[in-house]
Amino acid sequence: MQSSNGRARGGGDGSERSGEHHHGRGPQFVEAPGEVRYEDPWYDELASGWGEQGTTAPAGSHGAEVPTARRQREDGAVAAAQVYLEVQRSAAFQEVRSRYRRFVGPACAGFLLWYVGYVVTATAAPGFMARPVVGAVNVALIAGLGQFLTTFLLTWAYARHARLRRDRAALELRWDTQELTRGARSGAS
Amino acid sequence: MTGHHQTLALALFSAFVAVTLGITTWVSRNRQGSEEEFYAGGRLFSPMENGFAIAGDYMSAASFLGVAGLIALFGYDGLLYVVGFLVAWLVVLFLVAELVRNCGRFTLADVVAARMSERPVRIAAGTSSVTVSVLYLVAQMVGAGSLVALLLGNTGEAAQAWAVIGVGALMVIYVSLGGMRATTWIQIVKAVLLLCGTIALTVLVLVRFHGDFDRLLLTAAERSGHGAAFLAPGLKYGGDWTARLDFISLGLALVLGTAGLPHILSRFYTVPTARAARRSTVWAIGLIGGFYLMTIVLGFGAAAILGPETVRGSNVSGNTAVPLLALDLGGGADSTGGTVLFAFVAAIAFATILAVVAGITLASSASVAHDLYASLRPSGAKARSEVAVARIAAVGIGVIAIALGLLARDLNVAFLVGLAFAVAASANLPVLLYSLFWRGFTTRGAVWAVYGGLVPALVLVVLSPVVSGSPESLFPGVDFQYFPLQNPGVVSIPLGFLAGWLGTVTSAEIADEAKHAETEVRSLTGAGAV
Repeated sequence: MQSSNGRARGGGDGSERSGEHHHGRGPQFVEAPGEVRYEDPWYDELASGWGEQGTTAPAGSHGAEVPTARRQREDGAVAAAQVYLEVQRSAAFQEVRSRYRRFVGPACAGFLLWYVGYVVTATAAPGFMARPVVGAVNVALIAGLGQFLTTFLLTWAYARHARLRRDRAALELRWDTQELTRGARSGAS
Repeated sequence: MTGHHQTLALALFSAFVAVTLGITTWVSRNRQGSEEEFYAGGRLFSPMENGFAIAGDYMSAASFLGVAGLIALFGYDGLLYVVGFLVAWLVVLFLVAELVRNCGRFTLADVVAARMSERPVRIAAGTSSVTVSVLYLVAQMVGAGSLVALLLGNTGEAAQAWAVIGVGALMVIYVSLGGMRATTWIQIVKAVLLLCGTIALTVLVLVRFHGDFDRLLLTAAERSGHGAAFLAPGLKYGGDWTARLDFISLGLALVLGTAGLPHILSRFYTVPTARAARRSTVWAIGLIGGFYLMTIVLGFGAAAILGPETVRGSNVSGNTAVPLLALDLGGGADSTGGTVLFAFVAAIAFATILAVVAGITLASSASVAHDLYASLRPSGAKARSEVAVARIAAVGIGVIAIALGLLARDLNVAFLVGLAFAVAASANLPVLLYSLFWRGFTTRGAVWAVYGGLVPALVLVVLSPVVSGSPESLFPGVDFQYFPLQNPGVVSIPLGFLAGWLGTVTSAEIADEAKHAETEVRSLTGAGAV
């Protein structure tokens, strides 16, 4: 379970480091998705090391049973690189990527425009910003607090979108990719 | 300020130092000095712990004391300034936190170097990271010196110098002995203390006005002498069009710079997964947003309760507004409550500086050892020796920060924080985003993106009014001012992006499709993440 520290980037075996081993071996998520809560497939918050070990899926055999993990009998790193290209072209990955981009693209454009518009209006048109609305509250205060509000709302929306629309598919892709790269590397050695 | 304040503040601060030193010793027991331990604290922090640590890393004394003072003196413009610090976190959350956690190991350069020819990219990204850190660090060290003068009333040169040396020595001890674990716990403790203090003061302000925020605003506007203009933009950043453009430049640097700050990026490596990185960012946004909202109440509260003359009379930039407000809310200068609250706020301010400088020192020592040292001496760098180098680098950076802090002690270095954000946005963000999202990005593009943002940002500041040509400059006697803005962001950030694009389209190298695929798959799925 312990990989060396000198290695620049871990290919397939990297998953077994750090917090993940709370869940037992990764491929079990592919085998038995019922073991985990739906909203929380990467249940990882006990990472600081106390309690909740009970949520760990029972350890068992792994590897060969993974249905999507095909064995590559090619040459080490080249084969591993090939795996990433293959995964990148797969429909499952393209779906995850487009879901991410479809949310993040418009959201980024939106909040950056809103922020730049706010700053430019405040510096260029202070008269408009000073217009009173209710009591002491003017347009400027509403816009400023609106920035806080939109930041909180977008944070919530992003976290929710990622949890419901991306996490599960990304996690399955992760294990599949790691199985494939592991297979590719061991096939070569 | 009487002797009681000083003694109590020093006692509380000493208690904080004792507790955090205890934590440093405790967390470093039986720890072997692996890189994973030193740079990333074993990657086993929970999202909530990391969220508090991020907040503790980010909320500097400048935001605690400076922003409230700014609002107390200039009203709405202080609020305008603080919004950028929060909105910036959306860039971090959407584009950086998860992807960087998935692709990198310890530093920003890890993410870029995975796709590129490693050596030049590491040297470039390491250089810009260390530059950003040192700029930010010097601002904090000078702040520590003036804070002593402000809060303890002892304006002697020696007291300021000892404050700078003491803060520098403590941060070196925390970082080189305790690494990321100790730094993280110091930041968590500090964030909790800072939030407790802010909540207590905010509640007291609101109680004073019977929960009527409208009345608080009206009183603040009335006492400020500006009337309704106090609640509208323009009192500080309103001036001529150069000053307005300068503020827009600063706002851009704040929003885009946070995602390129090395000490913020390194925090995402302390959690096990990208999902935990996302959740820690959500925690951090909640904590930082809540903190800034309360700071706004404190600023207007200081204007309404103390009045701007009192605030300005104690310190021209308004940095003592919150401690003075605490004194008043506690029952006045001679009461026990006032003394205790004042001392508490002063101790929190010191703790804040200490936690922030520890985080920056750790991140820059990681850049020195992991990027610069490892690239410049590839043969001798083994796992053990790299941590040893990082510890030595922390000492070296501490010495440099102390020296610069002492040299710049009497200078107005408030612009350094804005400059650090501008350099981070110009040199670090373009290369990071291009590596993560641009298929055709090449090594030359990466190197040009870093230097193409870093060099213009620094050169423009040297040519700006903060260095020469006006009475408030660092060197008022000479005049080589050719650039009108104090913050270079509005020019240097586009230049950084442009240079990265130019370097890529002019390079003969064709981007490695497989490596791009690997970065993309890893960044979005977490496959192969350490």
